[in-house]
Amino acid sequence: MAKTVLIDPVTRIEGHAKISIFLDDAGEVEDARFHVVEFRGFEKFCEGRPMWEMAGITARICGICPVSHLLASAKTGDKIQAVKVPPAGEKLRRMMNLGQITQSHALSFFHLSSPDFLLGWDSDPATRNVFGLIAADPDLARSGIRLRQFGQTVIELLGAKKIHPAWAVPGGVRSPLSEEGRAWIRDRLPESRATLDTALGLFKQLLDKFSTEVETFGLFPSLFMGLVGKDGVWEHYDGHLRFKDSEGNMVADGLSEDDYQDFMGEAVEPWSYLKFPYYKPLGYPDGIYRVGPLARLNICDRMGTEAADRELQEFRDRAGGVATSSFFYHYARLVEILAALERIEQLVEDPDIVSKRTRAEAGINSLEGIGVSEAPRGTLFHHYNVDENGIIKKVNMIIATGQNNLAMNKTVAQIAKHYIHGNEIPEGLLNRVEAGIRAFDPCLSCSTHAFGQMPLHIQLVGSSGDVVDEVWRH
Amino acid sequence: MAKIKLATIWLCGCSGCHMSFLDLDEWLLELAEKVDVVYSPVASDVKEYPEDVDVCLVEGGVANEENLELIRIARERTKFLISFGDCAVTANVPALRNMLGGAEPVLKRCYLELGDANPQLPNFPGIVPELLDRVRPVHELVHVDLFMPGCPPPADRIQATIEPLLRGEKPVMEGREMIKFG
Repeated sequence: MAKTVLIDPVTRIEGHAKISIFLDDAGEVEDARFHVVEFRGFEKFCEGRPMWEMAGITARICGICPVSHLLASAKTGDKIQAVKVPPAGEKLRRMMNLGQITQSHALSFFHLSSPDFLLGWDSDPATRNVFGLIAADPDLARSGIRLRQFGQTVIELLGAKKIHPAWAVPGGVRSPLSEEGRAWIRDRLPESRATLDTALGLFKQLLDKFSTEVETFGLFPSLFMGLVGKDGVWEHYDGHLRFKDSEGNMVADGLSEDDYQDFMGEAVEPWSYLKFPYYKPLGYPDGIYRVGPLARLNICDRMGTEAADRELQEFRDRAGGVATSSFFYHYARLVEILAALERIEQLVEDPDIVSKRTRAEAGINSLEGIGVSEAPRGTLFHHYNVDENGIIKKVNMIIATGQNNLAMNKTVAQIAKHYIHGNEIPEGLLNRVEAGIRAFDPCLSCSTHAFGQMPLHIQLVGSSGDVVDEVWRH
Repeated sequence: MAKIKLATIWLCGCSGCHMSFLDLDEWLLELAEKVDVVYSPVASDVKEYPEDVDVCLVEGGVANEENLELIRIARERTKFLISFGDCAVTANVPALRNMLGGAEPVLKRCYLELGDANPQLPNFPGIVPELLDRVRPVHELVHVDLFMPGCPPPADRIQATIEPLLRGEKPVMEGREMIKFG
């Protein structure tokens, strides 16, 4: 007779999810699943709305990475209008995306994941959070908070709001950066770089300490996918798509988002509202691939800025080539913040960012558009069909986190199998399973949970699959 | 003075209101001296909504069975419940699906028309909560003590709302800085 352990809700992630762990008669883990339990239906209710509204509406998919949707939507609008965005518009969009990568990655590292590293996987769940970190190490907590604030303020200085700025539009952006804004960014950059250096130093020490986590938190081969720029340089806004495998072999390169349906499929499972994208040539579920910071570092030839390039080399040395452990997502995120800060440093001196020519204006010139952008968590696709008046007829979106769904499931199963033996499961071991999910920093664009509101819910399932008994553990 | 027990929950929203809460930035360090965060998806590992919560910020509208269950539990166990952001106050963007007349059209589009392997509607009782036919604002289901609009409410508004509560006073929601939507 089998048993199921349910972690409900998974905490300190962005969105609502549960994890089920299936135990056999001997209390050994057979399998585990990551369930996303929230659904809103943007792909349907956007139909009939004007294309120009889409950036504002789809930004509301996500309060953590609204800029990603804003940019992917605006880029889809660029294609429907068949316009070329003025250089200032593109540079300003890039700057906002870099601000977002900084704030979102800082949030993942300092606010959500560092309590596990610094307070301990087994520490008291009541204080194992950002407030516990504030109590334990106020200086580190403060500098992490200020690093995230830097990224959020870059967004606000450009778009007038930290969350959901109505700023990027089809054709470009509404306004340039002010001189005051430019001065603020310039002044705060050194502190941000110093914080990042501290975080990198801290994490590298932890890597030595957490060798078991490196080996169990999603260490397996998969494909990696993301955008790269000219000459294979790390890219976050525009470029072409590339797939590489775990050996570092090029699987596909020079792909355009316009053809995404040729190489990406989306599978559905009854036990999750999150679909399961896969690489079509390998089929489902063999076409497992990972996106986001780890993937971007694995597929690019170099970062393209000085300090980040040095750090990429060290990252690869420590990973032994291609980083196939999802625990390295944390490290990759820090390298990306460094790259973002270096690029902001360059952009803030660029005369274009205060130019008033930020937007091309045009009507509907194409009835279909596909836009892509690198969100903090991976590659984001928007696909719209419109009528002659720009009214939306069809929408499809492939969200970054979804593309890690197969990998997240594999990760929770791997961790559970390693740590869980027998029916008595300490809370700290379940926290490790959750931490495996936190490594991906999934953005599930939230809902709630707590139907069963107990920390542990054990079901006894008969051979026919019926629940024959349930146990609540407090 | 005893610390105030603060909780935050999110129902059907985008987590933007929670992000705006984190935009309190360094004021969070001061707040930490005055409140115990006893339940929060982003700032706590506690799995069960506790008893005797003083203040709860509720983000999001009520869109599925679990939202419904949680908001009822939160109401029962909380002294002062705040509708936190436009989705909680009006149901906002998630409620765009209400005009389609039910949950089925949005589910069909996503999983049957756009899924190309195993197309089916997610259905796993006890794990995947069923959607309600309408997304509803929080006050349609339970009594709300205070409305804090905004998409999301900016951090300044959140601070100006929490500060009087720390002194045991009810915040005054007046003027553009406190009651602007969007």
